[in-house]
Amino acid sequence: MSVARTWAVALTGLDGALIEVEADLSRQTPDFKIIGLPDKALGEAHQRVHNACENSGLLLPRRRITVNLSPASLPKHGAGFDVAIAVAALATERSLDPASLRRTVHVGELGLDGRLRPVPGVLPAVLAAVRAGITRVAVPHANLAEAELVEGAEVLGAVSLLDVLRWHGLAVDDRPLPPVGIDTPPEPAPPRLELAEVIGQRDAVDAVVVAASGGHHLLMSGPPGAGKTMLARRLPGILPELDDAAALQAASVRSLGGARVVRLERTPPFEAPHHTSSVAALVGGGSRAIRPGAIARASGGVLFLDEAGEFASGALDALREPLEHGSIRIERAGASATFPARFQLVLATNPCPCGAYGVPGGDCVCPPAGIRRYLGRLSGPIRDRIDIELAVARVSVAHAQAAAARTVTTAQARARVAEARSRAARRLRETPWRTNAEVSGTWLRQGPLAPPPAVRRPLDAALHRGALTLRGYDRVLRVAWSHADLAARERLELDDIGRALYLKKGTTPL
Amino acid sequence: MAAKDERGRAGEQRAARHLEQAGWHLLDRNWRCAQGEVDIVAVCVDVLVVVEVKTRRSDAFGHPLEAVDERKRRRLWHLAFAWMAAHPDLVQGRRLRVDVIAITGDDPATAVLEHVEDLR
Repeated sequence: MSVARTWAVALTGLDGALIEVEADLSRQTPDFKIIGLPDKALGEAHQRVHNACENSGLLLPRRRITVNLSPASLPKHGAGFDVAIAVAALATERSLDPASLRRTVHVGELGLDGRLRPVPGVLPAVLAAVRAGITRVAVPHANLAEAELVEGAEVLGAVSLLDVLRWHGLAVDDRPLPPVGIDTPPEPAPPRLELAEVIGQRDAVDAVVVAASGGHHLLMSGPPGAGKTMLARRLPGILPELDDAAALQAASVRSLGGARVVRLERTPPFEAPHHTSSVAALVGGGSRAIRPGAIARASGGVLFLDEAGEFASGALDALREPLEHGSIRIERAGASATFPARFQLVLATNPCPCGAYGVPGGDCVCPPAGIRRYLGRLSGPIRDRIDIELAVARVSVAHAQAAAARTVTTAQARARVAEARSRAARRLRETPWRTNAEVSGTWLRQGPLAPPPAVRRPLDAALHRGALTLRGYDRVLRVAWSHADLAARERLELDDIGRALYLKKGTTPL
Repeated sequence: MAAKDERGRAGEQRAARHLEQAGWHLLDRNWRCAQGEVDIVAVCVDVLVVVEVKTRRSDAFGHPLEAVDERKRRRLWHLAFAWMAAHPDLVQGRRLRVDVIAITGDDPATAVLEHVEDLR
């Protein structure tokens, strides 16, 4: 047989495309060519393949081997094709089972000694293979646990190239080698943070619970030390756990970022990028292989921007489209990639540069123009997408002691959120939406469950006064529904509207 | 004559014998020009072949075929055309081909012979 074929996967973002790896042996002087838009690392594969085969005791044919990666027009990155290339090249001459090769995908980098080294993105690659109908997958031993997370995949965790070849029916002796491990330890489970540790912030805790039940974006404003970060970190704990698809997606993004994934994490992700982050760090990017950014890692969970006013305005505004579409598409010269970006945005900011503005007994030294400029950094379009604006005050000693007794635990809050969400899902079952934050304004105002005039009177008044825009009006209605869901009501009541109005206008007015 | 040259000579003998047995008619041996040397030129019906012979005792320092890389390949074609230019009477519209014969083993008379036809 002079042409041998097998499969590999090329990743563009989270999307994997099956790549047919075909090797041809022509009767020419020895040469090894790889064609099909390889990048530098992939172009060097022939060196690794050559030495790995030789050190496994299998000489490559001493003729010209041409390896084609098809579709040839798709750019391919990285060393993850090594194993497929080696297998195809050896199969041109040796008796590997062609049927076995035809239904197997290979992922992995080869070391010079013939051992398989782990590569990033195994999870999305295996997912893509299984979706494309090829369920047999050979991966490096170090990535075995990750690949096995995919349902329906028959996975071989190969220590060395010989293991893979034996899988394809080649009679070779075993040369026991220690598997290549991963230096990075598996990601620790996210810490279980207890909501009850937040004391004396009953209002703020309630607002966070409302935000969790409706999936509302949240802005917290308050002086340093008020507990904004503490509250934000406890939000993932009270959100419903991720379902299979969402957990797999979150794990795929982490795998692509090079993290070691060994289990499906059900707790929604929490990402808190530093305020010096660039646009590319937030939304994803890179010049060759496109890497996911913080918003992709936060998808399904919470994106927390502490000191939101300190972020570059370009970086914040780059969040606008993903907030709208729930995904981010990144275009580069060679390729374009789409990442999920369905996150709940939580912003925290100080009320002014010195942090003391509006604090009882605080001594703010900022000039009024400075305060305006500081708050103005959050652009209108971003603020427009935020449903809840919450003022978080410092906790006084008396308050802290009095309140310590009646706190809400994470377990209680999560139960309430879960119930509110199922109530909302039941109400919205005839609509394309699942959470209150997604519902359209028209449906809220004119749909079957629109509030009667008596209930929406305070809202209408605010609209007349000009205190609310029509978009703001819709936002208040959304939050009001979340409040009603938490209170186990089927209809909106005055109390819900009032509470929602308070949550919308809670921060220092600009 | 150095031992390696002697080995090369013996290898060429072996290659020439191999070609004759395969039905080729030898036209020229060790033809030299400014650009180098052609080992063997042979002909069979309408094909003219220029053969490079590589002889090595073992493949410990690389298989003899591996010594024929891109550069060497290009040089062989140059030489082949040079030979054709010098012998227009022998060409007679025949198709040109470049081959490599690799001989690996201690005794060229009994060593492993590999014939790669039609280098491109």
